[in-house]
Amino acid sequence: MKKQFLATIIGLNLTAVAQAATPSMEEMWQLIQQQQGEIGTLKQQLRNNDARIQETEVIAEATISAVEQISLAPSASAKTTFGGYGELHYNSLDRDDSAGSKDAMDFHRFVMFTGHQFADDIRFFSELEVEHSIAGEGKPGEVELEQAYLEWDFASQHSAKAGLFLIPVGIINETHEPNTFYGTERNTVEKNIIPATWWEGGAAIHGEISQGLSYDVAVHSGLFLDSGEYKPRDGRQKVGKAKADNFAFTGRLKYTAIPGLEVAASVQVQQDVHQGEGEAIGGTLFETHVAWQRDDFQLRALYAEWDFDSAINNVRAGADKQTGFYIEPSYRIGDKIGLFARYSEYDNLAGSATNTAVEQFDIGLNYWLHPNVVFKIDYQNQDTPTETGYDGINMGVGYSF
Amino acid sequence: MLNKLYRVAVATAAVALVTIASAASFPVSAKGVFQSGPDFIAEVFAPLQAEPKVLWLTPEIRAQAAAIMDRPVRGLRIRYHQSNTKSAWILEEIGKEMPITIGVVVEDDVIQQVKILAYRESRGGEVRYPAYTQQYQGASLQQDYRLSQNIDGITGATLSVWAVNKVAALALYYHGAVNQSTATHPLQ
Repeated sequence: MKKQFLATIIGLNLTAVAQAATPSMEEMWQLIQQQQGEIGTLKQQLRNNDARIQETEVIAEATISAVEQISLAPSASAKTTFGGYGELHYNSLDRDDSAGSKDAMDFHRFVMFTGHQFADDIRFFSELEVEHSIAGEGKPGEVELEQAYLEWDFASQHSAKAGLFLIPVGIINETHEPNTFYGTERNTVEKNIIPATWWEGGAAIHGEISQGLSYDVAVHSGLFLDSGEYKPRDGRQKVGKAKADNFAFTGRLKYTAIPGLEVAASVQVQQDVHQGEGEAIGGTLFETHVAWQRDDFQLRALYAEWDFDSAINNVRAGADKQTGFYIEPSYRIGDKIGLFARYSEYDNLAGSATNTAVEQFDIGLNYWLHPNVVFKIDYQNQDTPTETGYDGINMGVGYSF
Repeated sequence: MLNKLYRVAVATAAVALVTIASAASFPVSAKGVFQSGPDFIAEVFAPLQAEPKVLWLTPEIRAQAAAIMDRPVRGLRIRYHQSNTKSAWILEEIGKEMPITIGVVVEDDVIQQVKILAYRESRGGEVRYPAYTQQYQGASLQQDYRLSQNIDGITGATLSVWAVNKVAALALYYHGAVNQSTATHPLQ
């Protein structure tokens, strides 16, 4: 009896417990509704966050773009450019006949470039130079305007320029920043025959005929050889109230289609190097060169020849023909060091029967502290038939920017 | 007399050359825009479409980029396109005075193509010739951030050559930076 009573009590308790743990259908419905509401709220929050993220992205993009526009926008002064180059030389040379020596420290060139871009197709470029550091009456140097011209791209592959510009001839006449060539001093052939650096006033056209074949033609003021003068270098008037009774014409063809190779030839015609004073003397310059670079090896070779009317022989016999050539192999060891050797020969009286040629052998090195900063040292051995050549050491430091 | 005739002939030839050059319309162009950026990208990845991406210039990346370019690098990010292991970069660098726009394609850390998209200076435009730009194919970045291959220069166009060399090295560095970054934390 007792057992039966106990079982009944346990059964009732279990039923009560079971009834208390299971929510009713109504409770279940309320629970679901409540959860559904929470899900809806969370979804809304997510949507709000997404919108905020998108908005933030738009703001960030707008901010970044604005900052980029400010930081990358060319400043008003970007249309005007400034640059320059310079070189200090030390020469310690002795004459072959021991009759003289040359020991000199010379800030040979201090040059400032200024350019301005008027429009995409119209620009100005200038080069102002102080040569030998100090200029003035009785001083060794000069202040020279070496370039000042306006250039206009009149067609996509052709441009014209007018003003004072470098003559398109030779290797160093147009590109002569000290870090671009070997040797403290520029080579004697381009200096004494061409004569570099050479600029004139006039007009010129430059363009491209086909890929790698370009041309230059120029009409410009000519040389003026005063009484007793016969060397082209003495005839440079430097466009300072220059006599312009007769113009000169220069043309050049240049081939650069193969990387590392440049082959060019220039011809110049001078109508009268006396510019109407005295007997008319015409002249023709022919120049050709090759510059070839393969890996670390480079070779430069140049030949130049002036042919003047024979009347110039009345000034100095043999001056009707003036020639020169040089050959310069070089080898680059890494980015810093370059070794070179150069043999050059020029003769301002090549038309004479006697030997009047000046021979020079140079050997030396360039050390580039930076691609645009160079230190140079070289040894030169110059020979002339009259034992007036100079031998010795040249050292220099140069820069361009 | 012969000498004078010779001079007249030379002067005449020069004038004739100018006339011919001015009158004719040659297909080549020394300067100008040769290909637009979008056309370059489409050509590089055709027939696929590359994904436009952005490389943020973190202080480390900016410092190394400045060292490669030898000048400060401006801006906050560099836009590029990528598909698998190939990336294409359109970058600019000043040659002498005007910027040159250069397209560089890098695949597996090696340059696949360099193309001059725009050249704006009147001289030195030889860098745009395929004979020149082909020299960059296969070049990678050395430990010292220089190109692994020697590039034969152009006489009288040294500054343009340096500009292309620097941009080629920079694209290789950016490509490496992107791959290194995405391995750990995607930038985009």
